[in-house]
Amino acid sequence: MKPRSLLVALAFTAPLAMLGQSAQARDLTVVNFGGANGDAQTVAFIKPFEAESGKKVIPVAYNGEQAKVKAMVQAHNVVWDAVEVETGDLGRGCDEGTYENIDWTKILDKNDMVPGALKYCGVGTFVWSTVLAYNGDALKTAPTSWADFWNVKKFPGKRGLRKGAHYNLEFALMADGVAPQDVYKVLATPEGVDRAFKKLDELKPNIQWWEAGAQPPQMLAAGDVVMSSAYNGRIDAAQREGRKNLKISWPGSVYDFDYWVIPTGSANKEQAIAFVKYAASPKAQAAYSQNIAYGPVSKKAIGMLSPEVLAKVPNSPANAKDALFNNLEFWTDHGEELEQRFTAWAAR
Amino acid sequence: METTIANPDAIRRAMKTTQRRRTARALLLVGPLAIFLLVIFVIPIASLLTRAIDNPEVIRTLPRTLQALQNWDRHALPPDAAYLALGQDLAHAKNTSAAGELARRLNYEVPGYRSLIFKTMRHMPIQAADGAAAREDLVKLDPRWGDTRYWVAIANNDKSWSPYYLLASLDLQTNSDGHIVSVPPDTSAFRAIFSRTFTISLVVTLVALLLGYPLAYWITRLTKRQANLVLICILIPFWTSILVRIAAWVVLLQREGLINDALLHLGLISQPLPLLFNRLGVYIAMVHILLPFMVLPLYSVMQSVPPSYQRAAISLGSHPFAAFWRVYVPQTYPGVAAGSLLVFIIAVGYYITPALLGGAGDQMISYYVAYFTNQTINWGMASALGLILLAGTLLLYALYRRISGKELALG
Repeated sequence: MKPRSLLVALAFTAPLAMLGQSAQARDLTVVNFGGANGDAQTVAFIKPFEAESGKKVIPVAYNGEQAKVKAMVQAHNVVWDAVEVETGDLGRGCDEGTYENIDWTKILDKNDMVPGALKYCGVGTFVWSTVLAYNGDALKTAPTSWADFWNVKKFPGKRGLRKGAHYNLEFALMADGVAPQDVYKVLATPEGVDRAFKKLDELKPNIQWWEAGAQPPQMLAAGDVVMSSAYNGRIDAAQREGRKNLKISWPGSVYDFDYWVIPTGSANKEQAIAFVKYAASPKAQAAYSQNIAYGPVSKKAIGMLSPEVLAKVPNSPANAKDALFNNLEFWTDHGEELEQRFTAWAAR
Repeated sequence: METTIANPDAIRRAMKTTQRRRTARALLLVGPLAIFLLVIFVIPIASLLTRAIDNPEVIRTLPRTLQALQNWDRHALPPDAAYLALGQDLAHAKNTSAAGELARRLNYEVPGYRSLIFKTMRHMPIQAADGAAAREDLVKLDPRWGDTRYWVAIANNDKSWSPYYLLASLDLQTNSDGHIVSVPPDTSAFRAIFSRTFTISLVVTLVALLLGYPLAYWITRLTKRQANLVLICILIPFWTSILVRIAAWVVLLQREGLINDALLHLGLISQPLPLLFNRLGVYIAMVHILLPFMVLPLYSVMQSVPPSYQRAAISLGSHPFAAFWRVYVPQTYPGVAAGSLLVFIIAVGYYITPALLGGAGDQMISYYVAYFTNQTINWGMASALGLILLAGTLLLYALYRRISGKELALG
């Protein structure tokens, strides 16, 4: 390693090292996004795994910054063993050797895993979705599609969308009449990209941008917007807190996985594999979905859920019918270009 | 007296020794701090900034290909030898982290290059005996290898440094002839964002000055006890977490927030005002957060201005306002300059306030530095944007010194 990259790595990992974590003889460290998701993982994955294996697990919460993982791997001081990452990071980190390349098809029952859950370097943690959420009190009729989301005459009021190209381009094309299964085919052409941005132009004066996943339920409840794209788990959490007027329209939702990865050079690789294997098992997955509105990555687990739970998870047969699976390969190839174009578009 | 005249050399020597000893002692005292700053601050920042021009990926991973492309004219397709060399280089890089870094780097040049590299690499090594066979194999594998754009991207990166990131930060790019041109208008963003960053900072500085100056002046007129109380009121929000203060502003400013509710109740407005997720919300919160940085330097300078000058001016027949404006205000210029500079420089780096309270058109440059650092892990781009922001800020500081003709006096 060159001294320069070592320094950069040091700059990023120094705060971690100061927390007193040491690379030798550590307990298994599992890193997730914390919050309600972290709590559900503690109940469904971590506690039962500790009981079953007799090993101690240390849960750590982070915000998904892969810079930290990359710096650890570069500095050969890996203190995280199983890390929950988002799809976009999975492809990138896998290609660049940040994550261990493990043949999960040999470890897990591939017939039980839902399509897309097994990747070169990762195993699905759960299924989540970006959905059309709305305030049931503010709208007389319920919107049922992205075309309704774009229809400000029939549904007056502001719309919330995430500040970025990802998802919004897909939603725009669906609103323009593209069928979910054709969205990425259209978006792969320059004309398709133009079409999506043109459709976004239509809605631009009515858009209120959000940045953090906690914002859409807040904006909907406060009346800042009448509809918003939102993460389904956040809407569910708001409903559990008593905001019964927040509702989800499932058709046209874009679902995706979070994945478990093992940073390259983890000293607890075997234990981490055992943990991921446990977390992907039908029993753990069903327990997880009962605690939070994210879908299981195991087909058997879907069969174990009650109708009430199934109504809330993105990949239940009814909710997944008109849904779109986020195309990871498309976004790793075109993400930079399209986000750049979005930035330019938004600034105008 | 006599010794001085009799032996000036001895005196001079003695003075020099004392002087040298004093300098050595001073150096020894600041030494630990200097070393600390060097190791923790200067070196990491400098090393990150070098990433703005660092370009090791292609020369490290595709050395044979670059050699084969050395005399290529960049218009016709490259020679057969280049295809053979690329096959060898990619076979060599297969399953290493260098492969990912190469693919990422080339994807910046031509979108889709990443998957082309990985697709090609999965088929390595190719069984071609000579260059012509290698060309046939690669083009059959993916027709994009028959497109000069993809080869120009490799040939353009034949040095270990590249102006690519710095140019991209200014919405510029190098075309296939090596000329620097503007990027197409529908993807150009950063020039507008830089000017937005400086505009927002300037407005915030001016508003903070307009609000802070009378406030600081008022505090100097209070008794010591009262002044302390007011200063504490200014400092308490200063000690509160920035996120807490932003959340409080959301509660106040939102559509059904306290301010809109109050105005609606008073009948001053019939529709809630849009105060949040636009430039206005950013200005309000930033001015609030940065106000102490304006008030404190102003206050400390104002305290040292003797009130007798102003009284003297009035007693000599000046109008009280003229006395204030022509006698008092000029004496507070160091405080105005220090406070404004402090607020401006802090404001230029603002990130979280516009991110949470602004719209998509209100984001400042630090938002994109964080975006490239954490989201896309494009550290080259993050460093280049940071470098340009730093350069811009230093330029403005130099300009300030030139105009004011003196060093910044903080307090």
